[in-house]
Amino acid sequence: MTTATDILTAPSLPAAEAAGQAILDADGMIPAREILAIAWEGVVRNKIRSLLTMLGIIIGVAAVIIMIAISAGTEATIAEQIEGLGANLVFIQSSFMRGGPGGGNSVNLVYDDTAVVASVGGVVGTLVDQTTSLSVEAGSTTLTDIQIVGTTPDFPSVREVTIADGRFFNEKDLAQTAKVAVLGAGVAADLFGDADPISQQILIGTTKVTIIGVAAEKGAVGGVDFDAQIYVPITLVFDKFIPSQFARFVGNNVRMIYAQIDEDADMDTVIQQIEYKLAKSKGVTVEELPFTIQTQDDVIETRGAATEAFRNLLAWVAGVSLLVGGIGIMNIMLVSVTERTQEIGIRQSVGATSTDIRLQFLTEAVMLSLVGGLIGVIAGVGGAYIFGATSDMRTVIVPSSILLAFGSAAAVGVFFGFFPANKAAQLDPIEALRHE
Amino acid sequence: MANTTIIQTEGLTKVYGMGDILVKALDGVDIHIEQGEFVAVMGPSGSGKSTLMNILGCLDRPTEGRYLLAGQDVSGLSNKQLAAIRNRQIGFVFQSFNLLSRTSAVGNVMLPLVYKRGAGAPPPAERHERAMAALEAVGLADRANHMPNEMSGGQRQRVAIARALVNNPVLIMADEPTGNLDTHTGHEIMKLLHDLHSRGGTIVMVTHEPDIAAQTQRTITMVDGKLADDGHGRRQ
Repeated sequence: MTTATDILTAPSLPAAEAAGQAILDADGMIPAREILAIAWEGVVRNKIRSLLTMLGIIIGVAAVIIMIAISAGTEATIAEQIEGLGANLVFIQSSFMRGGPGGGNSVNLVYDDTAVVASVGGVVGTLVDQTTSLSVEAGSTTLTDIQIVGTTPDFPSVREVTIADGRFFNEKDLAQTAKVAVLGAGVAADLFGDADPISQQILIGTTKVTIIGVAAEKGAVGGVDFDAQIYVPITLVFDKFIPSQFARFVGNNVRMIYAQIDEDADMDTVIQQIEYKLAKSKGVTVEELPFTIQTQDDVIETRGAATEAFRNLLAWVAGVSLLVGGIGIMNIMLVSVTERTQEIGIRQSVGATSTDIRLQFLTEAVMLSLVGGLIGVIAGVGGAYIFGATSDMRTVIVPSSILLAFGSAAAVGVFFGFFPANKAAQLDPIEALRHE
Repeated sequence: MANTTIIQTEGLTKVYGMGDILVKALDGVDIHIEQGEFVAVMGPSGSGKSTLMNILGCLDRPTEGRYLLAGQDVSGLSNKQLAAIRNRQIGFVFQSFNLLSRTSAVGNVMLPLVYKRGAGAPPPAERHERAMAALEAVGLADRANHMPNEMSGGQRQRVAIARALVNNPVLIMADEPTGNLDTHTGHEIMKLLHDLHSRGGTIVMVTHEPDIAAQTQRTITMVDGKLADDGHGRRQ
C-alpha cells in the first residue's frame, strides 16, 4: 500500500542506479488498452465534431453496402427469372438470332427441331413459346394488354404450372391450330368471377377461342406473373395473333427451344447428344451447327456479366466517397493536432515517446473510421432494406460487402491518420509545452 | 543522508542558429547540485535560464558539454531515452500548471504512470492507488474526480505537484511555480515544496521573484548564458 508519506519521501538513489539501463528502456509499448482508452477520450471529447468527421465514412460505407445490395438484387432477379423457366433446362438458340432467317441454304432453328430435341435420351420435355400482348373480351368484360403465351403441350410440366380445372392443350390441338385457350388463375377470376369458364368463349384480339382449362394460382416468378397470362397453342399465335408481315418473316423459325433434362441424366452428355442429332438432321457437322446450347447457369452467368459493368461503376462511386471521407478525417485530425499541441507537450513532458503520440493519434483516426464504419454499416443495411421495400428495385444485402466496406473504412483510417499522427509525433516538447 | 550528486554539468553549451547568426543561449555552464538541495535559478529574460531548465529537465540536449543526472550521462541520449528519463527521474511543475483540461485530477496525476513501461510499470489498480496517495500528499484527495476547470489555481498547482511526485523522481523541476498565483496561494505552494524538500527531495526552481528565491538554500544566477553566481559565493 502506497501512502502519502511514502510519496513525499525522497526516492532511494541506489535503487534508481540499480535499475541502470532499465531507466532508459523506452522501447516497450504501453499497453494497447491504454492507447485505446486515450484515443477513445479524444474521440468522445468533441462528439459533434467527431460525428461530422465520420460523416464521409458513414456515407461511403453505407453507399458501398447499398450499391452492392442493389446489384446483387438485380442479379438475383435475373437468376430467378432464368430458374423460373423450369428446372434442369438447356436453352437452344440460333447463333444468328439478330441476323434473322436468311436464304434457303442457311441453317435456322425451326419449330420442327423441337421433335429432334425431344427424341434425345434424357430430354424429358421440350418447350417453345412466343408471347404477344392483346386485349381480351368475355361478355361485357374487357381486359387490355394481356400476355398471350403461345406454347407447346409440355409447358405445364416444364414451367411447373398446375392445371386446376379442365385440361391443357395437346399435340393434336397444336397440329390443328385449335382455337383453344387455358387461362391463368387471375385472368379467369377477372373475366368470369365465380362462374365456370370451361367451354366458354372469349375474344382474343378479333379471334374467338374456347376455354379448355384454368391454371392453378402460381404467382409471380422472376417478375413474370403466371396468373395474368393466357396460354394458347403456339401455332395459333403464329396463325392469328402475330402481325402477318412478321409471321411471314419469321416463318416457323423459333427464337429458342427449351429442353428439360432428366435430373439423373448427365447434362453435358445430353447437350452433346442434342448437338449431334440437330447437326445430323440439318446435314451439317457439329462444328458447323450455328446454334448455341446453354444451361441455366450459363445463361445466368452471361446475363450477370452485363450487370457487372454496372456494379463496377457503383463500386467506384462508393470508393470515391470513402476516399473523400478519409480526406475529411485527415483534415480534422490535422486541426486537432494543432489544437491539442499543448496536450501533446504535457504528455511528452511526463514521458510519452514519439511512438506513444503517433499511436494515440493514429488510433484516434482508426477509431473514428471504425465507429463511422459501424454507423455506416447500420445505415447501409437499413438503407438497402428500406430501398428494397419501397422501390421497384430489389436489394439483397451481401454479408461480404459489409466486411469489405468496414475493412476499407479501417484502411482509410490508417492511411489518412498517418500523416496527422506523424505530425503530432514530431512536435518538439519545449515548443509544444509553450503552445497556448 | 548520503551526499549524492543529482546534477553535474560540465561546460554545458547550447547554440541556436537564427538564420546566419548563431546565438549562444548557454555558454559553458558548470553546475553541481547535491541530493536534497533546494536551488533557485534566477536571471533576466534572455539570460539562458529557460534553456538551462529545458536541458536539466531532459526536454532538450546541449550542443556541447556533459550533463550527468544522478550519475548518468544523459547529454547524448536519444529522444526516446530522454522521454524515459523524464518519465522515471524528473517531475515537472510549470507556471501554467499544464494539466490536461478534460481529465480529472486523479487522471492527470496518473499520467506519468501510464507512460511508465518495462520493469516497474504499475498495473492499473496500483496506478490509481499511487495517484490517490500523491493527491493525499498535496491535500487534494477529496478533489480527485474534479476537472481542472472546477479547481482554483492553487489547487491546480497542487495537482501538478502530485503528478510530479507520483513516479518518485530524483529531481523536481519547478518553472515559476508561483508565477500565476496570488501571494497567499503562492506561499502555500512554496510551503508544499519546502515540505517536499524537508523530506529529502531535490528541487530546482526557476523564478524571477527575489523573495521566492530567498526561501531556498541557494540561488544560481544566470547572465548572458553564463553562470554569474553559483550560489556558493563563487563567481565564474
